[in-house]
Amino acid sequence: MAQGLSRDARLGLITVSPALVFAVLLLAVPLFTIVLFSFWTQNFLEIDRTFTLANYAEALTDPLYRALMMRSLRIAASVTAVTVVLAFPIAYYISFHVRPEKKALWLFLITIPFWTSYLIRIFLWRVILAYDGPVNGTLVELGIIDEPLSFILYNANSVIITLAHAFAPFAILPIFVSLEKIDRSFLEAAKDLGEGTAMTFLRVTLPLAMPGVLAAVLIVFIPTVGDYVTPRLVGGSGGTMIANMIYVQIFDLSNRPMGATLAVVAMATVTITLAWAILHVRFWVYLSDRVGGGLPGLALVGVAAAIDIGVLWWLWHYGPALFGSAGSLGIMAAIMGGGAILIALLLPKGRWGI
Amino acid sequence: MSGPLISLRDVNKYYGEYHALRGITAEIGAGEFFSLLGPSGCGKTTLLRAIAGFEDISGGTITLSGKDMKGVPPNKRPTNMVFQSYAIFPHLSVEQNVGFGLRKSGMSPSEKTKAIGAALEMVGLGQYGKRAAHALSGGQRQRVALARALILKPKVLLLDEPLSALDRKMREDMQVELMKLQREVGITFILVTHDQEEALVMSDRIAVMFEGEIAQLADPEVLYRKPATKRVADFIGVMNFLPARAGDGLEVAGLGRVDMEGVYCPQGDVSGACSVGLRPETLSLLYDGETARARETEGVIDEVVYYGDMTYYDVRLEGLEEPVRLSMRNMVGRDVMTVGQTARVAWDPRAMVVFPG
Repeated sequence: MAQGLSRDARLGLITVSPALVFAVLLLAVPLFTIVLFSFWTQNFLEIDRTFTLANYAEALTDPLYRALMMRSLRIAASVTAVTVVLAFPIAYYISFHVRPEKKALWLFLITIPFWTSYLIRIFLWRVILAYDGPVNGTLVELGIIDEPLSFILYNANSVIITLAHAFAPFAILPIFVSLEKIDRSFLEAAKDLGEGTAMTFLRVTLPLAMPGVLAAVLIVFIPTVGDYVTPRLVGGSGGTMIANMIYVQIFDLSNRPMGATLAVVAMATVTITLAWAILHVRFWVYLSDRVGGGLPGLALVGVAAAIDIGVLWWLWHYGPALFGSAGSLGIMAAIMGGGAILIALLLPKGRWGI
Repeated sequence: MSGPLISLRDVNKYYGEYHALRGITAEIGAGEFFSLLGPSGCGKTTLLRAIAGFEDISGGTITLSGKDMKGVPPNKRPTNMVFQSYAIFPHLSVEQNVGFGLRKSGMSPSEKTKAIGAALEMVGLGQYGKRAAHALSGGQRQRVALARALILKPKVLLLDEPLSALDRKMREDMQVELMKLQREVGITFILVTHDQEEALVMSDRIAVMFEGEIAQLADPEVLYRKPATKRVADFIGVMNFLPARAGDGLEVAGLGRVDMEGVYCPQGDVSGACSVGLRPETLSLLYDGETARARETEGVIDEVVYYGDMTYYDVRLEGLEEPVRLSMRNMVGRDVMTVGQTARVAWDPRAMVVFPG
C-alpha cells in the first residue's frame, strides 16, 4: 500500500507542487506569522513574546478600532451593493441583447480600464471629483448647483465611487457567465405560462443568476474591506479604513503585534459577516417562499432583514454602554451563533444550492 | 361550435432573405390531434412557435377561436407549450414547476395544491411533488412539462418534438399515453415531429411540410395510401419507385403492362415518363401452391432482413436496376426464404400510385 501512489496521483502531485510550494511560502507562512505576532506585544523597542490576548481585547473594545472596522464594513457593503446593482444590467444587456458574435468584443471593452494602472485610475478620480474638477465644473456651468460640491471627494463617498468603478468588471463577469448559462427556453416557458417580462425576470432569470450574483458579492466585498490605496488617496480622514490603521500600526507606530491583531480581526470579521449574510439571505428567501413570494414575500423579507440587521447594529452601537464591551460582543456572538444554528435546522435540506 | 379553433391563412415568415414559411393555410378543429411532420428545417417548429406567439409572422393571419393573434404575446394566448428540452425550471421543485402558471389564477393556496396534485396524478407522477426538478429522469421531466401546461387548461397544447429525447421503448409508451391523455382532456394538441411513424400513430390529421410549405394535409391513412407527391410518398414509410411509361396503358419496368384504369394518379393524368409507387406490404412472395390474386412476376432474392414478426426481402426483378422491397408477415409453416433463391412475387395494379416524372 505504501508505494500505492498510482501514476495519475504522482503526475497530479508533480503538477500541483509548484503552486503548492508557492502557496505555502507566500501565503501560509506569512499568514501564520501574522497570527503568531497577533498574540505578542510590542514593548517599546522590542517584542514581548509572551502569549497574550491583550491586543485582541484592545482591538475589539477600543472605540477607534471599532469605528474603523465598522466603517470598512459599511464602505465595502456600499461598494458591493453599488457595483453589483450597476453590473447586473450591463451583464444582462451583454448576455441577452448583444449578438453572440459581438459578445467577446463587449467583454474585451469592459476590461479596457485594466490597461491603466490602478494607481493612475485612482488619481484620475481625484481629478474628476476635485473641487475644481470636471464634475463640479459641469454642474456649476449648467446651473444645477451654485457652488462646487465638497462631499464628493476626500470622504467615504469618493472611496465608494472609486472602488465601485475599479471592481465593476469583477462583478460583471461572474454575473454574465451565470446569465449565459440560463437556457433561453426557461424564459420562453415562463412567458408561455402567463408571465410578462418583469415577472419572468423575478421568477426565473434572477433566481437562476444568483450563483453569479453571489460570486460577484464575494469577489467585490472581500478585497474592498481591506483596501488600502483608495482610502489613502481619495478617502481623506472621513474615508480612512481598517487597512490604513494596520499600516499606521506597523510602519508609523512600529507596533507590529497590534497591526497583526487588527489584520486577523479584519479577516475574521469579513468571514463572519459573509457567512452571516449568506445564511440570512437564504433564510429570508425561505420566509418569502413560505408566504408564496410576490409582494407579501418581499414585505416579509424587508421586515426580517430590518430586525436581523437592526438588532446587531443596535448592540454594536449601544451595547458597550449598557453591557460593557465584552458583554455586548458576547451577546452579539450568542445571537449570531444561535441564529445560525436555528436557521440551519429550519432550512429544508437540499435548499442549500442558492 | 362554429368554425375551426385555429385557422392559419396564408402565413408567411421571412428571416431576412430566407423564406421560412411560404403561405401556410390550414384549419385545425377543437379536440383534434394535429401533427406537423417534416424533415428538419422545413419550418414546422417555426409554425408552432408562431402559433404560440414566440415568432412574429411576416404576412397572413393566425386566428384562435375567431380572434386574430397578431401582436398578442405568448403569455396572453390560450396556448401552452411542451418544449423540446422540456424547460423544467431547475431552481424549483416538481410542485412549484407544475404550479408556476397558477399565480394569476385567483385560486387559494389549498385549491392550488389540489390542482397541482390532480395534474401530477394525471401524468402518473402523484408521488413526485416534493422532488427537486434536477432529480428527475427524461421521461419524468416530460410528464412534469405536460402537467405544467395542462393545469392551465389551454385551448391548444403545443408539443415541440416532445418524444425525441426518449429511448425507443419509452417513446412508444409515451405515444400511447399522450393519445389517451388527449382524449381524456379533450384539448387540441398540435405536435411537431420529424418521425413519420410517431405522426401516423398519434394524429387525427397530419400536415406534411417541406421547405416552408404544406405538401399534403390529410389523415394518416390517406397520407400513407394516397400520398399527394412523390416526395411525400418517399417521406412517409417505405415506398418502391419503379420507372414507367404512360401512354396507351402503363408500361412498368420489371412488372409489365397495366391498364390505366384503377391506378391512382394524385397529380392528374400522366403521360410519358413517370414513376410508379408500391408499398412493400402490397407485394408478397408466393410459396408453393399459392397463386396471385391479381398478377405475378419472378425475381431473385437479394437481401433478407429478419425482424421477428416480419421479414423484409429485397428482390431483383428482370428489367429493374434497383431491387424492390417487400414485407412478409412470418407465419407457422412458412419458411423465411434465403438470399439467391428465385421467388415468385405477387403484385396488384390497384395498389399503384403514379407520379409524373
